[in-house]
Amino acid sequence: MSKEWPLWEVFIRSQHGLAHKHVGSLHAPDAEMAVNNARDVYTRRNEGISIWVVKAADITASSPDDKSALFEPSNSKVYRHPTFFPMPEEVKNL
Amino acid sequence: MYAQLVETGSQHIRSLDEMAPEERAFQQRVDEGIKIEAKDWMPEGYRKTLIRQISQHAHSEIVGQLPEGNWVTRAPSLKRKSILLAKIQDEAGHGLYLYSAVETLGVSRDEVLADLHSGKAKYSSIFNYPTLSWADMGAIGWLVDGSAIINQIPLCRCSYGPYARAMVRVCKEESFHARQGYDIMLALCNGTPEQKQMAQDALNRWWWPALMMFGPSDAESVNSAQSAAWRIKLFSNDELRQKMVDQSVPQAEFLGLTVPDPDLKFNQETQHYEFGEIDWTEFINVIKGNGPCNRDRLRTRVKAYNDGEWFRDALVAHADKQERRKAQAQLAA
Repeated sequence: MSKEWPLWEVFIRSQHGLAHKHVGSLHAPDAEMAVNNARDVYTRRNEGISIWVVKAADITASSPDDKSALFEPSNSKVYRHPTFFPMPEEVKNL
Repeated sequence: MYAQLVETGSQHIRSLDEMAPEERAFQQRVDEGIKIEAKDWMPEGYRKTLIRQISQHAHSEIVGQLPEGNWVTRAPSLKRKSILLAKIQDEAGHGLYLYSAVETLGVSRDEVLADLHSGKAKYSSIFNYPTLSWADMGAIGWLVDGSAIINQIPLCRCSYGPYARAMVRVCKEESFHARQGYDIMLALCNGTPEQKQMAQDALNRWWWPALMMFGPSDAESVNSAQSAAWRIKLFSNDELRQKMVDQSVPQAEFLGLTVPDPDLKFNQETQHYEFGEIDWTEFINVIKGNGPCNRDRLRTRVKAYNDGEWFRDALVAHADKQERRKAQAQLAA
């Protein structure tokens, strides 16, 4: 029994010029096979025109336990949203 | 369904007051419809139940390729053969999405596959029936994939994020499966009397096993109540089965076929079809490994896996060699 293939995370860019988006993961022995497998598993219906694969072990993720501490600074800054500033009705194009 | 009689390990459903603070917070998130993600805290029972449910679901997709594989070389035209191949390839894809989802719960792909190959893990009862004629490809797509859609659409809203997202992908592709099946039935029913008889014969053989797929009534089941509380089961087996009957009977009538159930009748008051008793001894027998094809399916699956071992090993050897060459080239530079 050979060793287990590493896990790869797959990112696909669709045809509409958007950024690569995470679509799922798969196992493959190397990057080249990961791209080939990603083609078969995640783009059977023209879902993409470009594939990125990244070893899952190489991804650093934020911890769910830190969620409140990590995102709190932006929660308290509501003035970053345009709706924070009421505009007089007569004023247009703002 | 694709996951049948899933054990939760629960003896009774605990109220929020009976739970430790961590579990209470978890249950409240589930109740509010917030998705649970891989790294979030979750009760051990939830994790284990999901491993059983999702891996069984994945195995069903993989083993589900075998009854259809039987007809690839005997499809009646190149068009039908291409369509069947595409459908079978989708099933492999569905299995892979689901294996990825189950791995997020802390089991490895190889462990999960080993459980299938040893017979420890189950797959859906439906795939232990033989595919005797081309019409069976029609009946499976129409009834089996049709039932799968009914089961899987609610699961797109289940509490576990990776499972829900896998289900969204699966559901997008599944209606092609149901339609290509019905299209095969339509062609046969519009063909010669012999072809129509072939379609009727397939319906006769697949109808009851398709109803059994949803599993026995679980109105009294603690496991189902626990799964419902965890929002990894959103409708009862009977509700899903009723939906399948209600949608399939008019489709059979359109084909001019007779559903093999003398007790089937439409109830004007409830606006639902009433149907006859299901033979649950047959279902239990199939689940226990004594269906018409259980041994053959597992043998075929294990053989395919073992026959591919030299190829998997070669890919690893190639990857290792490339890695070494790259390292040597860097040293030389």
